[in-house]
Amino acid sequence: MHIPDGFIDGTTSAGAAAVAAGGLGASLRRAGEVLDERRVPLAGLVAAFVFAVQMLNFPVASGTSGHLLGGALAAVLVGPAVGAVCVSVVLGVQALLFADGGLSALGLNVINMALLTTLGGYAIFIVVRRLLPRGPSSLALASGIAAAVSVVISALAFTVEYAVGGTGTASVSTVAAAMVGVHVLIGVGEGVITGLVVGAVLATRPDLVWGARDLALDLAPTASVPERVAP
Amino acid sequence: MKRPSRRTRLGFGAFVVAGLALALVLAFFVSPSASGDPDGLNKVANDTGLADTGTDHALDDGPTAGYEVRGVDNDRISTGLAGVIGVAVTFAVAGGVMLVVRRARRTGRVRAVPK
Repeated sequence: MHIPDGFIDGTTSAGAAAVAAGGLGASLRRAGEVLDERRVPLAGLVAAFVFAVQMLNFPVASGTSGHLLGGALAAVLVGPAVGAVCVSVVLGVQALLFADGGLSALGLNVINMALLTTLGGYAIFIVVRRLLPRGPSSLALASGIAAAVSVVISALAFTVEYAVGGTGTASVSTVAAAMVGVHVLIGVGEGVITGLVVGAVLATRPDLVWGARDLALDLAPTASVPERVAP
Repeated sequence: MKRPSRRTRLGFGAFVVAGLALALVLAFFVSPSASGDPDGLNKVANDTGLADTGTDHALDDGPTAGYEVRGVDNDRISTGLAGVIGVAVTFAVAGGVMLVVRRARRTGRVRAVPK
């Protein structure tokens, strides 16, 4: 999903860089408001984990692979603002250290993979959660659904950028159909992996899951949790 | 043998260390086995001719460009090491950014009080 240099023209890329900078700035401000002592190393961990899983391309169709974008995962674990910063750091490291994702396309990539997946993914997570019964498995399911949809949103965002400033000759509708088709499949993979990871963290340290803050509060006063750890 | 309660919570430090260890294991041991096929966007780009419009990355000659560490001949180790470097750098940069952001907000608040 990393856009290389050249796919999108310079004007559109520069405009996207400005939008991305604005979005990242707002995310940083918001991150400063919500970060406590523990979320600093936690954010580092989430970014490092997203970097690692982005390397794990899984096959989705003949001759095609996909990898986790991780935006929805990051948003559920550390919140959308901190998550957006985490994935932006991942994209910056990939572009500068590993020549993955064009330097001129960094703004486009931040919009598609860091901002839209975290903010959009988290919005979907909230909506889906409301439709499901309360509980950890609903949280994991909502995370998975949000993650799956976020990949398609990201693919659509590329299509819009291509429509505005694409340098290729293929028609927008051709690109749109191909992008959505492939990313629905990748989205399924993203959804399954995200649901599993969120489920695993919920099973280990539910108190660390941003998207489960209210749930953790609900659980704390009940007898079940303290009783188990009581001597 | 009676074991201490299995439900004892994993400590916060242990959680972060375990998470980082998992990220490093995935990066070093699993990433070299990842699919080498083009990802969704690259596949679409190849199929629709977009790929022809791509230009070279300015940092293609970097020491870890393409997730391969220059000078390491073994492909698996080269990719695995690149992954480990990426995980470490990402953790440090993201953690560092968060620290700075948190401090900036705290000093901002302190300054705001006397005024």
